[in-house]
Amino acid sequence: MTAESPALPASTVAHAEPHAPTGHAQRGISNPILGMMLFITSEVMFFSGLFAAYFSTRAANQPWPPAPFKDILNPLSLIIVATIILITSSFTCQFAVWSIRKGDRKGFIRNISITFVLGIVFLVMQAYDYTLLFADGMTLGSGPFGTTYFTLTGFHGAHVFGGVLMLGVILYRGMAGQFSSKHHDAVEAVSLYWHFVDVVWILLFSILYLT
Amino acid sequence: MATQVLHPAAVPAYRGGLYEWLTTTDHKKIGIMYVINSFLFFLIGGIFALLVRTELAAPGIQLFTNEHVYNEAFSIHATVMIFLFIIPMLAGLGNFVVPLMIGAPDMAFPRINALSFWMLPLGGILLLLGFLTPGGAAAAGWTSYPPLSEKGALASPGPGQDLWIVALILIGTSSILGGINFLVTIFKMRAPGMTLFRMPIMVWTMLVTSVLVVMATPVITSALVMLFIDRNYGGSFFNPQTGGTAVLYQNVFWFYSHPAVYVMVLPAMGMISEILPVFSRKPLFGYKAFIFATAGIGALGFSVWAHHMFTTGAVFLPFFSLMTFLIAVPTGVKMFNWVFTLFRGQLTFSTPLIFAIGFLTMFLIGGINGAFSASVPIDFALQDTYWVVAHLHYVLFGGSVFGMFAGLYYWFPKMTGRMLDEGLGKVHFVLMFVGFNLTFFPMHMLGIQGMPRRIADYASDAGWNDWNLLATIGGFTIAASILPFIWNVFVSLRNGKIAGDDPWEANTLEWATSSPPPPYNFDRLPEIRSERPLFDARHGQVGHGGHGKRGDDDAPKALEEGHHDSQGPTA
Repeated sequence: MTAESPALPASTVAHAEPHAPTGHAQRGISNPILGMMLFITSEVMFFSGLFAAYFSTRAANQPWPPAPFKDILNPLSLIIVATIILITSSFTCQFAVWSIRKGDRKGFIRNISITFVLGIVFLVMQAYDYTLLFADGMTLGSGPFGTTYFTLTGFHGAHVFGGVLMLGVILYRGMAGQFSSKHHDAVEAVSLYWHFVDVVWILLFSILYLT
Repeated sequence: MATQVLHPAAVPAYRGGLYEWLTTTDHKKIGIMYVINSFLFFLIGGIFALLVRTELAAPGIQLFTNEHVYNEAFSIHATVMIFLFIIPMLAGLGNFVVPLMIGAPDMAFPRINALSFWMLPLGGILLLLGFLTPGGAAAAGWTSYPPLSEKGALASPGPGQDLWIVALILIGTSSILGGINFLVTIFKMRAPGMTLFRMPIMVWTMLVTSVLVVMATPVITSALVMLFIDRNYGGSFFNPQTGGTAVLYQNVFWFYSHPAVYVMVLPAMGMISEILPVFSRKPLFGYKAFIFATAGIGALGFSVWAHHMFTTGAVFLPFFSLMTFLIAVPTGVKMFNWVFTLFRGQLTFSTPLIFAIGFLTMFLIGGINGAFSASVPIDFALQDTYWVVAHLHYVLFGGSVFGMFAGLYYWFPKMTGRMLDEGLGKVHFVLMFVGFNLTFFPMHMLGIQGMPRRIADYASDAGWNDWNLLATIGGFTIAASILPFIWNVFVSLRNGKIAGDDPWEANTLEWATSSPPPPYNFDRLPEIRSERPLFDARHGQVGHGGHGKRGDDDAPKALEEGHHDSQGPTA
């Protein structure tokens, strides 16, 4: 049957979907989730570079914070509230994942909405905190302390912003009914990213404010 | 076997010409676009190299109006060659072959794959736009060390350096997304039977390369971001005057850029390891040893970055020297793999094999002169001389470029359905091999005689004139060697011999489908019981008393026979 054509005539074996040939059984972790984990790995390395720069700069500049900015980050009340808000949002995000795993779409939408709002509140608080620091005369250009502080928190803030956008997409898709207990890889992936952003903040908070 | 003829409309048809290419998410088309784009940048980078070599042909400033323009020329030459030619050319060939080699229909994320590709021409254009800005393009070398790359009267005040930073961040992001795509594809999309230790070596090297890309590239992104902040927002990461540390940049930069050396050579090693067995009619000697050596190089690659900074005084020399020497061990293992694959093989000296042997010999020299620099006292003497230029070109040109040309000659039939001309291929090789050695071997002498790299002019009584003239002649010979290649491609696309599915009698799955493959790659796959499924399919039943005529069987027929579902001996 194959003699006539060199171009693999069997060619014509039917596949319902060309992109999912038989035999490519999906076992274990799904592609989008693995992709997100690898993306987070690369993000961890990006922040490692920034953290390395922070520690190296700090070691070269003692005392830290330098004299003009000795108490500029105090009091911590605003930033502690922001931290609690971000940590809470990680919990609500996980509740949303558990809801959709059970097929509870209403619970999913409720929890993801709360997460989305908490993310925005965190960003607003960070922006407000920046205006306070600017008013006290600390900017990106005011020496190693200002440079490292705004670079690290700024890039974290940018990642929170990215996460909020992702949450918005997930929320929209959830409201359009695109997720079910079986099909919600995007939700799992976004929640991983959100937890990552949260963990980076906990590290940042501990290093920038507590030590 | 239950087959069912599909109505042609059931297979998504290709849309017309240009629109299809601009919007495609097919890994094969994207791979070919990677190759074409990288080749165009190779020509651009090559023109800059010729400008640099012309300037250096004799003492004095002849070609350029001043040294700053010379600095732009060598900075853009190196940046283009590394980030827009070697890395994407290898990624592009990987993009074409990896899904085919593991029996997958496409990459795991086809649209991200297209995004990765399109960031490259964008980044390249941004980089070259620097020439149109006041102050010209980036001129601080491809390493862009501060304070050279900082804003300052004598440094890089213009926007060219900023465009360089933005371009590199874009290209780096493209690499990261590509690396993630390769890893998910390799881990999740393998055909049934394709276990990790049955994967072709090329796939293994792409796997390790992708791990390096995903873990190292973000670190240079952070360095570039900090440099950008220093330059544009008054930051003080790298500026000692305001409390920064200049060596910090070198650490963060080389934490990526040393693994990047392996990103640039491991896939070429993978290509060689596919080509040598096919053209010596033997399995690769020490398949598993090769894989562990590759993983070893990848792991050690993260612990040697500071050997680029021996003379800064900010480095723990014994550790980094020792780790650098250790890298020679897995690399030596690979040399044995390759040499013993050739040993007593039935060699067919087709163009891919010749280029592969070019890789072996030139990379060997590059490895040995690299080991010299790993020794701290010798490095202190040779630091920043032409010895380093000789070394890096023997590794990146003698290694990566010869390897990728071997790969291009080897897979061109699969990509286009036509064979390249052997005669022109050999002319290409001879010219390139001679030109390469004429250019870069004299640089060893220049380095030992103390000629510093990155200078536009030198004293006429320093004794460097003859070697420099020789290197310039070699440079133009390399340029000439590209012409038969381009001619070969154009002629062969129109009139080349029809390749057929498996012109080389190869071992791996990409040769089990048509040339070029259909959009969905495979209609069916042979059984995968070893790392050489096609060899098994061709010769599988010899040991089982079936008919043993080997050479004259065409692959699909043999596949058919080797397959349990088929009608067996009636085929």
